[in-house]
Amino acid sequence: MRPITSWLGKRATGIYAIIALFYLMLPIFVVIMLSFNKPAGKQNTQWNEFSFDAWTNICRDQTICGAVTTSIKIALLTTIVATILGTMIAFALVRHRFRGRTSTNLLIFLPMATPEVVMGTSLLALFLNISVIPLGFWTLLIAHIMFTISFVVVAVKARLATLDPRLEQAAMDLYADEKITFRYITFPLALPGIAAAALLAFSLSFDDFIITNFNSGTTVTFPMYVWGAAQRGIPPQVNVIATIFFMSALLLVVIAQVIGAKRVKR
Amino acid sequence: MQLIPASAKATFSQPLRNGRSITPYLLLIPGLAWLGVFFVIPFFSLLITSLMRPAGDSVLDGYVNALEIGNYLIALQDYWPVFAKSLLYAASATLLALVIGYPLAYHIALKGGKWRNFMLVLVIAPFFAAYLIRTYAWKTILADDSFITVALNALNLLPQERILNTPIAVIAGIAYNFLPFMILPLYAAIERIDPRLLEASKDLYASPGETFRKVTLPLSMPGVVSGTLLTFIPAMGDFINASLLGSARDKMIGNVIQSQFVIVRDYPQASALSFILMTMILVIVFFYIRRAGTEDLV
Repeated sequence: MRPITSWLGKRATGIYAIIALFYLMLPIFVVIMLSFNKPAGKQNTQWNEFSFDAWTNICRDQTICGAVTTSIKIALLTTIVATILGTMIAFALVRHRFRGRTSTNLLIFLPMATPEVVMGTSLLALFLNISVIPLGFWTLLIAHIMFTISFVVVAVKARLATLDPRLEQAAMDLYADEKITFRYITFPLALPGIAAAALLAFSLSFDDFIITNFNSGTTVTFPMYVWGAAQRGIPPQVNVIATIFFMSALLLVVIAQVIGAKRVKR
Repeated sequence: MQLIPASAKATFSQPLRNGRSITPYLLLIPGLAWLGVFFVIPFFSLLITSLMRPAGDSVLDGYVNALEIGNYLIALQDYWPVFAKSLLYAASATLLALVIGYPLAYHIALKGGKWRNFMLVLVIAPFFAAYLIRTYAWKTILADDSFITVALNALNLLPQERILNTPIAVIAGIAYNFLPFMILPLYAAIERIDPRLLEASKDLYASPGETFRKVTLPLSMPGVVSGTLLTFIPAMGDFINASLLGSARDKMIGNVIQSQFVIVRDYPQASALSFILMTMILVIVFFYIRRAGTEDLV
């Protein structure tokens, strides 16, 4: 018995890790599986029959694809604006010394430490009180940019902090001015972090429900559609879209990892 | 990285450009202004709204500015059990996530080897599977005739003989959904531990258990603190898990705020509830951080 227990002892955390990772992936397997389901009733929660119907007919219900289009539009605009604003803040925090650094860090941290219900209701209270902008596409865009900026700052900052400042110093020593150093050294080195931040911003915006729920007016995003459909039954097409989004995001992450690994080897 | 002495590291990571340049402010202003206008100012709007009173007899008449402190008294009187329940659910879910997440973070950080990046990708993968839909998937996994429910029932472990539509499902759902927020800070903290300290402990004849209790665990406390906060805070305000996985009796404070705002449209009452929730969280976080004795969370 002794060799078996010591074998187990050495691998205990590894075996646990496999189980825990399986647990993390389990609902995702279910989501993917049910995208190939032909539900018996309205609710697509139980396996019934294998079918490609939902995959070949994603837009059968026009409202789904309309909602997805709205979500992609908002997520793209959010990504562009939040990535630019957040990257600027990250550069200021890592590469410059200035007064008010602590308060800046606090202001960046707070949106990540505030429950979404509180942020969503506060923003709704603002929009109701000033009533300049009607609730809808633009209020959602404002809200999404607001809550994604902090995540962009953190992601870009993490990348900048790992860069060796001596590379920039070397460029300067070789008579590159600040602009050229930034253009050819700093920015290319920071790019993987900025790309990761953009991906994060896009998925946070695309997936947001709580803040969106308060500030959407009559605009229907993809999560809003799913929420509305939950009562009468979510069609398998929703699982198809979730699967496509999941696979694309994962593919991007894996590509980034592979490129990163190659760079390290060189 | 570990080989560079701490002092040398500090000089390298110091900001490059000093002096009284206006560049940092130009970089900061657009983003911080956005946060100021759409994150900070809304709190004042929330406060103002929470003190309003109805303009007429009907909800449709709207509300006028007032100093209706009564909104808060009614909110506390009517909903304190819901606040207490939310606190209980969120705290249980946080504890569950810590128990599930710590060994995984430990394995990835110290024994991950060549699998480390792969495992980290799997940890963040649920983020890319839509929140509502992955929560909805738990309905399938925990259904009354599902393998898990039948197995646990066979062992007589379920007091209500089911999981779906009970508090267990709500707590498990919250723990699952915020698990990556728990694992990533834990991983970062454990990974930062100098491996030489673990070796030293082993050289001094400490058993693996002792090394864990006296070296690894204390040094990973910053990760425990930020992981539990990053799980607890969103858990307190969540209403998706309670809606999809719980019964009508399992509603949390987020559900009340949501329905008061979006369906009932009693804005002052809903704002007061939201404001109380925020204050409650701030107080809890303040005492928790003081107790844990760490302030570097960012």
